[in-house]
Amino acid sequence: MIRTVHPIRPAVVAPAGSSLLEVSDIRVRYGGIQALKGVTLRVDSGEIVALIGANGAGKTTTLKSIARLLPLASGTIRYAGRDIASMSTEDLVDAGVALVPEGRAIFPNLTVRENLELGAYAHRNAIAIRETLEDVNELFPRLGERMNQEGGTLSGGEQQMLAIARALMARPTLLLLDEPSLGIAPKLVAHIFAAITAIAKAGVTILLVEQNTRIALATSMRAYVLRTGEIALQGPSRELATNAEIQAAYLGG
Amino acid sequence: MHRIFEALVTGLAQGAMIALVALGYTMVFGILKMINFAHSEVFMMAAYVGLFILTALGGAHSPWIAGIGGTVGAMIGAAALGMLIERVAYRPLRARGRGTRLSRITPLVTALATSVFLQNAAQLMFSAKFRPYPRLFEQTRPVIFIVAVVVMVLLNQLVKKTWFGKAMRALSSNEEAARLMGVRTSRVISMTFAVGSGLAAVGAVLYCLDQSQVYPTMGVVIGTRAFVAAVLGGIGNITGAMLGGLLLGVLGEFVKLTDYSGGVDVLVFLVLIGVLLVKPTGLLGSTAGEKV
Ligand SMILES: Nc1ncnc2c1ncn2[C@@H]1O[C@H](COP(=O)(O)OP(=O)(O)OP(=O)(O)O)[C@@H](O)[C@H]1O
Ligand SMILES: [Mg+2]
Repeated sequence: MIRTVHPIRPAVVAPAGSSLLEVSDIRVRYGGIQALKGVTLRVDSGEIVALIGANGAGKTTTLKSIARLLPLASGTIRYAGRDIASMSTEDLVDAGVALVPEGRAIFPNLTVRENLELGAYAHRNAIAIRETLEDVNELFPRLGERMNQEGGTLSGGEQQMLAIARALMARPTLLLLDEPSLGIAPKLVAHIFAAITAIAKAGVTILLVEQNTRIALATSMRAYVLRTGEIALQGPSRELATNAEIQAAYLGG
Repeated sequence: MHRIFEALVTGLAQGAMIALVALGYTMVFGILKMINFAHSEVFMMAAYVGLFILTALGGAHSPWIAGIGGTVGAMIGAAALGMLIERVAYRPLRARGRGTRLSRITPLVTALATSVFLQNAAQLMFSAKFRPYPRLFEQTRPVIFIVAVVVMVLLNQLVKKTWFGKAMRALSSNEEAARLMGVRTSRVISMTFAVGSGLAAVGAVLYCLDQSQVYPTMGVVIGTRAFVAAVLGGIGNITGAMLGGLLLGVLGEFVKLTDYSGGVDVLVFLVLIGVLLVKPTGLLGSTAGEKV
């Protein structure tokens, strides 16, 4: 079991009648390119929600906008009932939102242990660090065996495990995952998705971005389909998995 | 034999001092990917602050009190100056220039301008004349070497063991990822300037104890050597800066044993060019952390 109680901050709860995360009609542009043309989605406490779509659909842009790494042209983002548009990434991490970025972005010249410790930078609580290290060890035994190795020497799959573990060290309430299956051997993908399910069971709410539609729909409860910066479809994952359009476009017939 | 030993001791003392200054270049480069050319002037200013405090504390009459007080005072003054430079000259550019075409060249020009400004400010404030530094110890070189080594060991602990050190290394590896850990980048950058400048201040006081004088352009010579040491060791790499400094110091003293004693700086650059030809990232530099 993964311990998820934050050492400093009281548990984050969404106010009655609202979701943990509410993204309303956000537009984001890179120079002249409009990457998001009004995206609306919500994630309730305890859910795994998938956001799927083809290359360049705007999945990463959506996650980065939620993590406050990109400015919004318009629209609002509410986390636990609070408008976070003017919040900094760093403050949002303190408030319990952790992003595992696309391409993992571990610190290659720091050891696995140092990478994990940095994950706890927001609270820097020694007891929570020790506990989460134990939990992470159990979740990903391969990391435990490589604590003193530099992050850059890990395989792609191990780096992904490290990136997820590092995010868990912050004791997040909401975990944003950007393509955890990217460039990883199928066997490790299964392992990583089993871990994601275990993390959700421990009480962490998850917004999962994936191009691997099959496994994303199998892991999540609800899903959104993003197409060129707009939500094209949404619904329970099980229904979407049998949707003819999705089968044709994303599940290879 | 005796002369070689003597040269080695002197060289290590010189080198350790150069290393202290080189660390400031390398730490700032590590996190901002820019060369802080004003660093050599922080060194010079620290030497003056050290001189004034040292003299006020009795100079040679109370060498320990004056030495320690002068060094600590110079460190505080330098740290404040370093943070001020970052705040006034570099931060506004960072805020405005992110991602633009000239985002790497503008800070460099600003750094050069700051350097010239500080040199002139020093001439106005302190006049261009050479001022003598009090002679505190009979044997200066061992003191220099021991102090420098102790300071570097402490720095190593700071970088390896503290949250500030970890945040600094994370920031130098990947800024966005560091922010996603909750690292306040501006605060860490400020602290890095403070620490780097403080180290230069220790170097400055030690240098003056050795050379017995201060003047407004003194930063140029030592700054150039320290910069070369940082590049030689692998800029951005802290151990590299220490190694580069020691190498340059020892090398310089060995050259003085030969008939070519005037050619130290020429040789220094030859060594630099030679090393960079074989290993463009410097002795300990890696490209792993620098996916730009
Ligand atoms: N830094 C950037 N500058 C300019 N355009 C960008 C930038 N980042 C993304 N885009 C554009 O924005 C659109 C959405 O990109 P985004 O990275 O969000 O897609 P994605 O769904 O995550 O794709 P992938 O599955 O390939 O990761 C694309 O058209 C992309 O070219
Ligand atoms: Mg993406």
